Amino acid sequence: MPAISELEKTATQIRRDIVRMVHAVSSGHPGGSLGCADFLTALYFEVMNHTPQPFNMDGTNEDVFFLSNGHISPVFYSVLARSGYFPVEELKTFRKLNSRLQGHPTTHEGLPGVRIASGSLGQGMSNAIGAALTKKLNGDKGIIFSLHGDGEIQEGQIWEAAMYAAHNKVDNYIATIDYNHKQIDGDISDVLDLGDIDAKWQAFGWDVMHMNGNDMQNVVNTLNEAKTHLGKGKPVMIIMKTEMGQGVDYMMHTHKWHGSAPNDEQLASALNQLEETLGDY
Amino acid sequence: MKKYTYTEEKDTRSGFGDGLTELGRENKDVVALCADLTGSLKMNDFENENPDRFFQVGIAEANMIGIAAGMTIGGKIPYTGTFANFSTGRVYDQIRQAVAYSGKNVKICASHAGITLGEDGATHQILEDIGLMKMLPGMTVINTCDYNQTKAATKAIANHKGPVYLRFGRPKVPVFMNEEFVIGKAITLNEGTDVSIFATGHLVWEAIKAGEILEEKGINAEIINIHTIKPLDEKAVLTSASKTKCIVTAEEHMRNGGLGDSIAQVISQNNPMPIEYVAVNDSFGESGTPNQLMEKYGLTAEAIVAATEKAIARK
Repeated sequence: MPAISELEKTATQIRRDIVRMVHAVSSGHPGGSLGCADFLTALYFEVMNHTPQPFNMDGTNEDVFFLSNGHISPVFYSVLARSGYFPVEELKTFRKLNSRLQGHPTTHEGLPGVRIASGSLGQGMSNAIGAALTKKLNGDKGIIFSLHGDGEIQEGQIWEAAMYAAHNKVDNYIATIDYNHKQIDGDISDVLDLGDIDAKWQAFGWDVMHMNGNDMQNVVNTLNEAKTHLGKGKPVMIIMKTEMGQGVDYMMHTHKWHGSAPNDEQLASALNQLEETLGDY
Repeated sequence: MKKYTYTEEKDTRSGFGDGLTELGRENKDVVALCADLTGSLKMNDFENENPDRFFQVGIAEANMIGIAAGMTIGGKIPYTGTFANFSTGRVYDQIRQAVAYSGKNVKICASHAGITLGEDGATHQILEDIGLMKMLPGMTVINTCDYNQTKAATKAIANHKGPVYLRFGRPKVPVFMNEEFVIGKAITLNEGTDVSIFATGHLVWEAIKAGEILEEKGINAEIINIHTIKPLDEKAVLTSASKTKCIVTAEEHMRNGGLGDSIAQVISQNNPMPIEYVAVNDSFGESGTPNQLMEKYGLTAEAIVAATEKAIARK
């Protein structure tokens, strides 16, 4: 097991990748990507049992992750590359013509590590449930993980899926919501308040847990504990508190960097705050 | 005119149900999902024989499509079942992103297509579904004409890797089709020289009846069943058209986006000639019996005869 400090170093490099990727094409979504860097680092470098090479679309006997809020593709791509799914150098093709690293993740261009397209919100939980059901049918002990934006759960399909998973005891599945309280148009409380998010998931019959998504030790501990909650007749939901833009001071405490890229000066400022730990691509 | 006879009438949805039941016994990777219409889709036998491989999702079609897409990851072949309206328009974005764009091996099986759903009215009578589905890259679109063909298609699509939209219906119609079903291969039901009638779904039987009426009028119609609208059997279309020099298309669907549109594209690019369409023209349906509706909306043998005479006159 890597030490927590090693995971933190990896997450810092991933944050450098994120801001460099979106800066290079003046587009993409850095805010949520930075907020979820610790979570995805913990998943792919510590918690999940997975085999980057050769990539197996079926994920047989592996743990499988679904990114439902596909717009945070920068963090997903960086984590996939740095955990060995494809060359790190390929990150420089992000959002460019003829790239496998499309604006939102897709299987269409054959990028290893991506198992279904996401971007149109609210769909990933249904996809994850389907994969979880197939694992049960196949007697496969792998775990299904998924990540969703908090704004994303305004989509009705999420609640169809929530009802289904509880009713059918899909208990090989750990979902996580990135609860950063922000969406494109502003604070969630202003746009469309989620209300008592804990009570909602509990009422739907889920095993609800909490996590500080920007504290690596807490992320690792919570995910490992969540695994012990599996197989008990309930899907698991982790409400993960994060700060959008975490790690870059001027991107934090605002929704404005949800889908905006830094200019040259802003990039320099961001990189000054993020140590190059594993080597830039 | 080749004679087609039948001894019984059955609904195409029963062909789907029986095909699915046989598949359940033959292919253990096949799973079925239904959105609270198990009886209407005739999926009960599959459910009873394979309770572990049947997934009742409730009235939640978007979730059903999403789950089906996810189930392919690990090798399952999901068949989803609900009405055509709720199989397509209601879940277009889910099909687009998670099934078509993701290239998932999902079989979207849609009953009660078109106006022959009858009394429920236009909220349930989708006439745009072929168009919606054929616009999706990589989607195979099949519209079957009787019980036998629907059963054969249901089984055949399990061996086709990739997304499929299989369209069938509710009313009992003659069981007459004994020709082999091969995805993408048109079936010539009658060879003729004066007109090419390309028909799909419930209109195939009407085309046969039209052929008999036309024969009495001294018109020798070539009748071709296009069960696979995408990929279209362009060779069959062009071969027949080059012989007859005029075309009638017949479908229980909107003219925009339907079989006729697909054939017109092929013809306009390769061998322009008169085409007449038997289809619904920019209109919703309404309540009524299936026969009343087919009559009112001009989806009958008589309408095909009239269209044929018009097409021949335009040669």
